[in-house]
Amino acid sequence: MPVPDVTIPHPATAAGPTTDTAAERERILEVADLHVDFATAAGLVRAVDGISYSLGTGEALAILGESGSGKSVGVRALMGILRDPNSRVRGSVRFHGEELVGAGDGLLRRTRGERIAMVFQDALSALNPVMSVGDQIAEMFRTHRGMAWGDGRRRAIELMERVAIPDARRRVDAYPHQFSGGMRQRVMIAMAIALDPEVLIADEPTTALDVTVQAQIMELIMELRQERRMSLILITHDVGVVAEVAERLIVMYAGRIVEHGATLDVYDAPGHPYTRGLLASIPQLDQRTDRLDAIQGTPPDPLAMPPGCAFHPRCPFVEAVCRVDVPPLRAVQPDRDSACHFAEAVIDAG
Amino acid sequence: MRAEPLARRGEVLLRVEGLVKYFPVRRALGLWTTETVKAVDGLSFELRRGETLGLVGESGCGKSTLARVLMLLEPPTSGRAMFDGRDIFALNRRERFDLRRRIQVVFQDPYDSLHPRMTAEQLISEPWEIHSDVVPRRERPTRVRDLMERVGLNPSRARDYPHQFSGGQRQRIGIARALALEPDLIICDEPVSALDVSIRAQVLNLFRTIQADLGLTYIFIAHDLSIVRQVSDRVAVMYLGGIVESGEQAAVYDHASHPYTQALLSAVPVSDPRQRGRRTRILLAGDPPSPTNPPSGCRFRTRCWKATQLCADEVPALVDRGQGHPAACHYASELPSVASAPNVEPGAPPGPSAAAGRQASRPT
Repeated sequence: MPVPDVTIPHPATAAGPTTDTAAERERILEVADLHVDFATAAGLVRAVDGISYSLGTGEALAILGESGSGKSVGVRALMGILRDPNSRVRGSVRFHGEELVGAGDGLLRRTRGERIAMVFQDALSALNPVMSVGDQIAEMFRTHRGMAWGDGRRRAIELMERVAIPDARRRVDAYPHQFSGGMRQRVMIAMAIALDPEVLIADEPTTALDVTVQAQIMELIMELRQERRMSLILITHDVGVVAEVAERLIVMYAGRIVEHGATLDVYDAPGHPYTRGLLASIPQLDQRTDRLDAIQGTPPDPLAMPPGCAFHPRCPFVEAVCRVDVPPLRAVQPDRDSACHFAEAVIDAG
Repeated sequence: MRAEPLARRGEVLLRVEGLVKYFPVRRALGLWTTETVKAVDGLSFELRRGETLGLVGESGCGKSTLARVLMLLEPPTSGRAMFDGRDIFALNRRERFDLRRRIQVVFQDPYDSLHPRMTAEQLISEPWEIHSDVVPRRERPTRVRDLMERVGLNPSRARDYPHQFSGGQRQRIGIARALALEPDLIICDEPVSALDVSIRAQVLNLFRTIQADLGLTYIFIAHDLSIVRQVSDRVAVMYLGGIVESGEQAAVYDHASHPYTQALLSAVPVSDPRQRGRRTRILLAGDPPSPTNPPSGCRFRTRCWKATQLCADEVPALVDRGQGHPAACHYASELPSVASAPNVEPGAPPGPSAAAGRQASRPT
């Protein structure tokens, strides 16, 4: 496996406890001030407006946000798969120190699929409808590893068995439309892990699936992550899924990161009013409440962003300064960043 | 709005008896063979005025077909549905016309269900073009404003088109449109699934407020169990065209006694990272079987870790076997209820049946 054997121990860990906290891991992926703009007929849309984060070896990072928050566009930009000719990507994405933004096809091809792989929400449109699933998995080995036809097919069957597709030997020749949604998602996961990537990016991998199938797929992803020591970036709108799998969490709103921290800390005491509102508004399974704590208003129109903090028209903590100054993302606690002028007060409010 | 529904709260509004809906499918594979999709296969339930019945189940369980049959969009294969004492499948044209006013629907997708070239005002008043006696023509502009206010839309936006509204606001237009005909029953088919997470709570609260104010009755169809719990008085869990468990929401959620309900509840991610690894999760293997060829006996038995020969031989009736509410499982009274998620005490060992379920049903 291409997992780097060179881990640089942080000086503090040598003597300290062996807990593998986020700060001590080698940062393999570093995103700095990433911008993605779309030129539309109605004006410039800043879909991603300067986000920075990093991913450590073996880490499970979630990017939580609603539609239009930029969570998905951001990772597509870093994978170099934004095909829209009206899009413009600026900033820096370094993978093991190598710059991916603006990199040539050679480097991208060696990285994408090979070292960073991606699983999409909609397996039906991500898979080729006129190619058997076995061929699509085997194609990974044939193109990237120059493997012979028969070997590729054999590896495809092994992988299909690994992702628990029943009767793999027979179904290797079946086409995507002959699979259920859950099984198609397994095929896509098989393709993603085929070349032993270091990083798996899962973009809403379970959103289109039924509840019981969602649980199966998340379980499979987490199992594979452990088994292959992959880092995971999970893009989701589901607060529950984040709670179950992510060690660290980035919350995005209107193209920016509004909060970042360890999942436990953020859920215990959110440091941004948006995170706080989102967590409070989630209907609970274990009890019925008379009234849900809804966030008021709606997300801003990307063509008419409010001045100051983008969340201020919906924010219960709003003050005059919020309407004028854009709050920068700043460290408010150890290993916790928030883009709120009053982050400390929000955390104290619990 | 009429006060009548409020006064009659608690009466049985709808009684569905043995409802069956099969769809024929023809396949050209060598021979022309005719198969039948058993989308709804013998459903019975009761709905009282002013209450909300939540229907949960995964895709293909028949919940949307049931809604379509009750809206008279599809004729049933057999069975009855007594609405206010009359079988809705045995009505003449005039009575059907009236019934279509009394049962309204709110659809899942507020993007597809509103005509893009009609203003909010036109959309909300359109139902009166057909049912012209509900609101006299000269009162309509005022009534549109009232309806917009009731669903939380600013009446000053009456002349705006759907694309000028956000998803949540569009769903509010859909709700105002359903209310326009002063229905008794609103069938809500996944009404918040297409909305952003931060908007869902607003719309769910709106549904509850309107119900309290107008005494409306809801059938609330959704796949999200947490949402169904928040809005429903009673819940029916569906699997492959049948109800497997039903009862008061607290009974079904806190004392789930059908293995499928237990698995469904345990599959819901819990939004508390401290519960991670402390819950007993029943992982069902595979997908539901095809409704064209459901298993004999209990339809869930092919994925059930408790299944015995009896389950293959006999269809379990939806009855109370001592567990306090009806469940269609031969062993409903013997299955200790798997605590619905976070009720498991930290560090407490999982129950014996749950542990067995996990082993038996986990995909290998």
